[in-house]
Amino acid sequence: MSTLVTRGAGRPGTPWRKRLTPYTFVLPTLVGLGLFLIYPLLSAVYFSFTNIRLETLTDPPSFVGWNNWRFLLEDIRLGKAIENTVWLVLVMVPARMLGALLTALFLNQVKRGRGVYRTIFYLPALAPPVAATIAFVLLLKPGTGPVNTLLAKLGMSSPPLWFNDPDWAKPSLVFLALWGIGDLMIIFIAALLDVPAELHEAAALDGANAWQRFRYVTLPGISPVLQFAAITGVIATLQYFTQAAVAASVASGSVTAGGGITNVFGYPNDSTFTYPLRLYTVGFGTGALGYASVLSLVLFAVSLSATLLLLRRFRTFL
Amino acid sequence: MTRRVVLLFIARHAVAIALSFMFLAPVVFLLLTSFMSSDQTLTSQIWPQDWHPANYVEAFNKAPLGRYLMNTLLYAGLATAFMLLASVPAAYGLAKLRWRGRNTTMVLIICMMMLPPQVTTVPLYLFWASNGLTGSLWPLILPMLAGDAFSIFLLRQFLVTIPDEYLDAARVDGAGEWRTLWRVVIPMARPGIAATAMFQFFYAWNDYYGPLLYTSENKDNWTVSLGLAGFRSIHHVEWQLVSAAALLTMVPIVVLFFFAQKAFVEGVTLTGVKG
Repeated sequence: MSTLVTRGAGRPGTPWRKRLTPYTFVLPTLVGLGLFLIYPLLSAVYFSFTNIRLETLTDPPSFVGWNNWRFLLEDIRLGKAIENTVWLVLVMVPARMLGALLTALFLNQVKRGRGVYRTIFYLPALAPPVAATIAFVLLLKPGTGPVNTLLAKLGMSSPPLWFNDPDWAKPSLVFLALWGIGDLMIIFIAALLDVPAELHEAAALDGANAWQRFRYVTLPGISPVLQFAAITGVIATLQYFTQAAVAASVASGSVTAGGGITNVFGYPNDSTFTYPLRLYTVGFGTGALGYASVLSLVLFAVSLSATLLLLRRFRTFL
Repeated sequence: MTRRVVLLFIARHAVAIALSFMFLAPVVFLLLTSFMSSDQTLTSQIWPQDWHPANYVEAFNKAPLGRYLMNTLLYAGLATAFMLLASVPAAYGLAKLRWRGRNTTMVLIICMMMLPPQVTTVPLYLFWASNGLTGSLWPLILPMLAGDAFSIFLLRQFLVTIPDEYLDAARVDGAGEWRTLWRVVIPMARPGIAATAMFQFFYAWNDYYGPLLYTSENKDNWTVSLGLAGFRSIHHVEWQLVSAAALLTMVPIVVLFFFAQKAFVEGVTLTGVKG
């Protein structure tokens, strides 16, 4: 690179004022990282050993030792919440990736009208999650919703009760998530276009059929993108909150966004009760902020390991 | 041969149209429901018997929907403006300047970007409560003055693609780094900045967790996401009003999207990773 101009710091002999210039660009961000990342993490550790409560915020909290941490093992509803979140990670993430990949592969085959189709497939990803969830609860209403009306017309005698059935509530959330695959689809379309066409041609000349070309040319070519999507998908699903909360409150018919909302979390029968909902219920439903801090630190540990995996695999960010 | 091509053409478009129908159906049904009478929403009919555009007026009367929309606009608008103010320089510093601690900072920003918001909820809630700001949307707006991790990350991905020669040329002409940013980088990065701003605006507009956490006890400061669930009579959910209000929350997003579709789609692509 040209040495005509010194670019910032690092070089001995650079005047100190020049060396400080870069920091004027990032100072607010550095302060923000301290205030909104480092400080909350450290104080969550501190709060996790106290009995701090929502109703008595101003009272100085007192130490309770490992009590909050020990409660992890006795918390029955937490077991259900972990089970649901693991289920969502194992089903929703692969379902979204597969759906987005198939749609992207398909759109790359379509020549005329591709732009219009792409826009139509993408738009649901932008829909506000609350509005989207309401639309799906309406669509899948057990008695009179259009989906069940259609299923009844097709001869199904007892169609599922969807958001009102403990066995079908999570699959219904997966359908909602599949509706919003547009962002993944756009990423996959770009990745597919980056696979060199010559490789496909060479494989075709060697007599590879369509499946073999996909398996040995396309898939390795887009594998980094798939891995990135998988890891970020897992992290996103670990924080799955809004759709589960709204589906429960609307489907249960006791819609409220105010203080009482934690009472309907998990409806029906805790089948949509995710880990973040447990955390919120503990902290802001029952007010046990000490134990909520424990739950937040466990969530941090899990999501951090996923993030570290991401950083190890993708050094291109630095 | 040509027959095969024609058949393939028809098959592809048949699938594409079927998929389009599935992607559009939920919104179309929302639209139809928003024009139904209250009684008809409880039947299995799909098409409105007679059309009730007045539902949209009633939605504003039944709940302070106008107020919710204003609150949401305030949150999304200010958060976006503040985010840009801090994130553009930070992204420039991370993409184009050399300084000690740069890589560590980048790692921390990625960690923060990936951090589930629930992790820091308790300490931050206590922090804002001790400053008397819980019950308002300020705990969601003010932190943007320090930049937003995802936006910085995305802007950086855009800025690293600007060739250094342009910056060097400005520096040779005696421009300082801030001047280079303002005169050279920002004009060149306009699509990236537009896409990032839209991401931030949409995030805040769609946000449910943040407003629920900070404003659920104070109805005056509710956003439209919180207010949406509130349309019900004593007996049942007023589906025609919920549907009307839900559609209204989608309108600004769709309009903004069509304004800057190209830049936005480019931005979505950059949220993935290059192989």
